[in-house]
Amino acid sequence: MTDATTNAGTEQRSGIEIRNLYKIFGANPSAYVEKVQAGMGKEELNDKHNHVLGLQDINLDLPPGKISVIMGLSGSGKSTLIRHINGLIMPTSGEILYNGRDVVKMNTEELREFRRHETAMVFQKFALLPHRTVLENTCYGLDIQGVPRSKSEPIAKKWIDRVGLAGYEDYYPNQLSGGMQQRVGLARALANDADILLMDEAFSALDPLIRMDMQKVLLDLQAELQKTIVFITHDLDEALRLGDKIAILRDGALNQVGSGQEIVLRPANEYIAEFVREVNRGRVIRAETIAMPLPEGELPKMKVKASSVLEKIARRMADAEVRMATVVDKANKPIGVVDMPTILTAMVTPASVEEGDDAVEEESAA
Amino acid sequence: MASSCWGLPELLCEFPSLPNKTLRHMRMGIDDGFRGIVRAYSDQIDAATRPLQWFLNMLEHAFVDTPWFIIFALILVVVWFASRSVKIVIGSAIGLALIGVFGLWEDTMTTLAMVTVATMIAIILGLPIGILMARSDRMQKILTPVLDVMQTMPSFVYLIPVVVIFGIGKVPGVIAVVIYAIPPMIRLTNLGIRLVDKEVIEAADAFGANPRQKLWGVQLPLSLPTIMAGVNQTIMMALAMVVVASMVGVGGLGKNVLQAINNQFFTIGFLNGFALVAIAIIFDRASQAFGKRLQKHSEAGHD
Repeated sequence: MTDATTNAGTEQRSGIEIRNLYKIFGANPSAYVEKVQAGMGKEELNDKHNHVLGLQDINLDLPPGKISVIMGLSGSGKSTLIRHINGLIMPTSGEILYNGRDVVKMNTEELREFRRHETAMVFQKFALLPHRTVLENTCYGLDIQGVPRSKSEPIAKKWIDRVGLAGYEDYYPNQLSGGMQQRVGLARALANDADILLMDEAFSALDPLIRMDMQKVLLDLQAELQKTIVFITHDLDEALRLGDKIAILRDGALNQVGSGQEIVLRPANEYIAEFVREVNRGRVIRAETIAMPLPEGELPKMKVKASSVLEKIARRMADAEVRMATVVDKANKPIGVVDMPTILTAMVTPASVEEGDDAVEEESAA
Repeated sequence: MASSCWGLPELLCEFPSLPNKTLRHMRMGIDDGFRGIVRAYSDQIDAATRPLQWFLNMLEHAFVDTPWFIIFALILVVVWFASRSVKIVIGSAIGLALIGVFGLWEDTMTTLAMVTVATMIAIILGLPIGILMARSDRMQKILTPVLDVMQTMPSFVYLIPVVVIFGIGKVPGVIAVVIYAIPPMIRLTNLGIRLVDKEVIEAADAFGANPRQKLWGVQLPLSLPTIMAGVNQTIMMALAMVVVASMVGVGGLGKNVLQAINNQFFTIGFLNGFALVAIAIIFDRASQAFGKRLQKHSEAGHD
């Protein structure tokens, strides 16, 4: 617990700012940064100069205390990007600012201290130490910091409890299922008490049901801990479920940054629109987005929260057999109304985004 | 001369080599120079090998002079703690008993002392060299051909300089055995460390481990099975080498075998040979079981 972490907790917390980040892989990457900045494309760089453009011109603010999701398919550069935040990969040019310090300019020792105290990481394939028990694995970050076991073990035990693994302290990772192993990975990261939590496709290797489980675990923990989480995924549903802010990465460039709702309702380009097409919009769009102005006279009796997603509201309204409901804000003050047809329209993917009329007809017939 | 060469000129028939005179001068020059250097530094060489000589003698005396039943029990205890297997302990007891019954106990103890020292030196030198090799690709490029030479060069050949430098006796014997037995230790340490899961190494980096913490906390423990295979191979090769080492004056089972070869003593040859085999099997089973036991955590696999 250095000064930096205490400061981060009490004073204005710092997010992570990524500025003008370029990453080129090859024998002499710095020689090509200017050419890429001047507009040389990925193909030209690859074909003519035999260098690979990993990331280009990334500018991204990752707000403190929020979950920022970086989404992209394999090869989009998302795993490369997250490794820049704790300096596992150094950029060819650009800055990564945290608490007024540039990670890129840190020397080896500073970087080590930064990693020890201010970041923690969860890995896709768990990356647990097979020769250590669950408890010892959870202590790992604290061992590295030089915290004696007498102090680190109670901390580790607490986090093992919190991720739901109480009683498994003396098991070895090999004896646990994938989901349980990743709980250990999460406990190990949390035990570090770092402000930044980097999660590299942390749930991608898990079965769908267990993945949902882990997402819930993460959201519950985050509600209380308010860490600055950077979450990498290739799954848009996961991004929408977890992300306060979502950045979509394609071929090493950011295509769109925004909230889940913004991305679903206003995809920035055809590529994102294609992604969004399959999304369950009822779980993303919130009541406030489609609320109509308050009508004259009496308001509908049923009240729904402005932040509720449409699917939930629709279920409640259907159960209660009402057609309209009042949308209220956090202070329980009415701000508008929603009715069933509006909700249904918003929940169905609009025809303009749908592939063709046939698809729409099939859906309405079904 | 060119008669068998389809009438070709001599240059194309016989491979053009340096003139015999030049070659002779070269050989003599190198040999004399080498001997000269050794003679000039013989005091220093003696001083340097004295601790080794002392350690070897001490251990040999300890093995030979201690009453047989104590050593017998001691070996079984070590085997038990290494393997925790009653079967291996009973096997070892039978092997050792047969060695004693056929009158080879003392020679076996001499050989055992020698192999123990050689293996210890090979591990003490081999482990750090292997670690160094794993950390730097350049080191690996330099050392790989050296190890190739050490493993393929007939051991009789490097006995020559060893004898020139250290004379005849136990020390040159041990050095020859170490040269022969150390390559697997180095190679398998290098391989083991290089095969450690990249993601686990990355995790150690991400938590801010320094190189020392990474080596002791991750790389060595995770490469232990491979390193143990290296130790096992080193022991086996040291045992195989004791017969050759007996040519430079190392006593024990190897010397008996050498005498048996010279005199065509069929029975003595085989008895001593089998004694070596028995020791080899005891060491092998015990060290392998030990290596497996270290990997207890990976046994109860969950897939």
